[in-house]
Amino acid sequence: MSATTAAGRRSTLPGFGLTMGLTLAWLSLIVLIPLAGLFLKTFELSLEQFWTIITSRRTLNALKTSFGLALLAAVVNLVMGMVIVWTLVRYRFPGRRVFDAIVDIPFALPTAVAGVALTSLFAQKGWLGAPLAELGIKVAFTPVGIFVAMVFIGIPFVVRTVQPVLIDLDVEIEEAAASLGAGRWNIVYRVILPSLIPAMLTGFALAFARAVGEYGSVIFIAGNLPNISEIAPLLIVIRLSEFRYADATAIAVVMLLASFAIIFIINRLQRWAQTRAPAS
Amino acid sequence: MTKDLSQSFTARDDLRTEPRAMRYVLIALAIAFLTIFVVLPLALVFAQAFSRGVGAYIAALGDPEAWSAIRLTLSVAAISVSLNLAFGLVAAWAVTKFEFRGKTLLISLIDLPFSVSPVISGLVFVLLFGAQGYFGPWLRDHGFQVLFALPGIALATTFVTFPFVARALIPLMQEQGTQEEEAALSLGASGFQTFFRVTLPNIKWGVLYGVLLCNARAMGEFGAVSVVSGHIRGETNTMPLLVEILYNEYQFVAAFAIASLLAMLALVTLVVKTYLERNLDEGLRPSGD
Repeated sequence: MSATTAAGRRSTLPGFGLTMGLTLAWLSLIVLIPLAGLFLKTFELSLEQFWTIITSRRTLNALKTSFGLALLAAVVNLVMGMVIVWTLVRYRFPGRRVFDAIVDIPFALPTAVAGVALTSLFAQKGWLGAPLAELGIKVAFTPVGIFVAMVFIGIPFVVRTVQPVLIDLDVEIEEAAASLGAGRWNIVYRVILPSLIPAMLTGFALAFARAVGEYGSVIFIAGNLPNISEIAPLLIVIRLSEFRYADATAIAVVMLLASFAIIFIINRLQRWAQTRAPAS
Repeated sequence: MTKDLSQSFTARDDLRTEPRAMRYVLIALAIAFLTIFVVLPLALVFAQAFSRGVGAYIAALGDPEAWSAIRLTLSVAAISVSLNLAFGLVAAWAVTKFEFRGKTLLISLIDLPFSVSPVISGLVFVLLFGAQGYFGPWLRDHGFQVLFALPGIALATTFVTFPFVARALIPLMQEQGTQEEEAALSLGASGFQTFFRVTLPNIKWGVLYGVLLCNARAMGEFGAVSVVSGHIRGETNTMPLLVEILYNEYQFVAAFAIASLLAMLALVTLVVKTYLERNLDEGLRPSGD
């Protein structure tokens, strides 16, 4: 994600061969070769076999559950992330710093801990599950539960990508717009929002990608009923435990390619937004 | 618009903020959302862990299975963090101190594990080292156990935590440039002396930052480890895996007792992170996870 800024001058420091060699070797050993093995394994399947696996009803439903609910959760994260980041950056209220720190907890809390905690919280007798059950809303062990876990895991992304941009935003432009008679809503919509869109898209994409692949925080609360509340990563685990490696691999490849494609598209969108955003 | 002098809003501020009612609604919304989704789950972990009193909590943590999981988690984290620390320093040196073609691609490849589902991160090692995997038969014939043992768990964890240290160091070292190193070299220092006496002191907060986040993820990783561990009781269960097993057996106090240790790890990580961020120059701080 980090952009490189050229130093401009030729470096005279030693160690390029050594460090670059070690970097490429270690990167290949730990990341590239294992990932290549996944794709290699897929080529052992005929196209027909591959197609049969990924278009089976259960696989399609699992993919639909993972991608559909992740998209929904990322939308909620985008909207609520903007509310949170606006509140944290622009307003002063008691406990602001604590809430700012709390935003990172979904990053820091191990997913299995989040999973069991959310499940107990939203279970029929849980702190939130009990009052919701009285209203006739069932969260735990339904697709709604999956959605809740995905929202949890995605909270930090939009907040943390937009926060530095919003802090650095030049308030003089807002003041100028206000002194020219623009209403508050117009300023937010026409002046502030366009500068934030690239960061918002990045946060949205990261939250979406994370939710698609999420496993630990989801499987406890999901209920895991095939075709209803079964996420794609869980189906991979199930196929593996049945020693159906081909099935597991095919689903994994589809998921990987889909998330790469989505990240690629959003990167493009982001670049497009950057070119038309007013320079700040 | 009325001006309230008891608050620090000046007339100038009124032009660039929302009406008061709107502000209160937004603040309430943000607090309510964070409370429901973050504060309550966290509080619940500790409430459940102590629901049968301190005695039951301590008994749960004293269980041999719990100790074995704690030991395994610490060993795996020690291995993965030191490997990724060494890699992160080397990779950051190569990426930031030299100009070369394909740099952006290299950085994207280093970041790659972040966009791979944890389950798939485990799966790739099953395909390599499993009984039906590429190297599985050879390893079996030579008596090496990779899957369902410490090496497999450490490998999967290293994959998942691969980018943390490099990602913390690259923007920092980019910003610092090469002038100080060049000065040291021109004064006769060797390459390694330059690295250890000039570069390392300059990036120490960044190193700690990367190690901190890497360690938190290494100790808490669930999906990838779950695929390669084999869940052998008392042997290949890390703390997160033990949480799962105990929870599925309805041993809620024990499950949440282990979970509370991991939650405390997360809280300590956040406190230290805030401290380190204050030491890192604002703006050089790596964003996101």
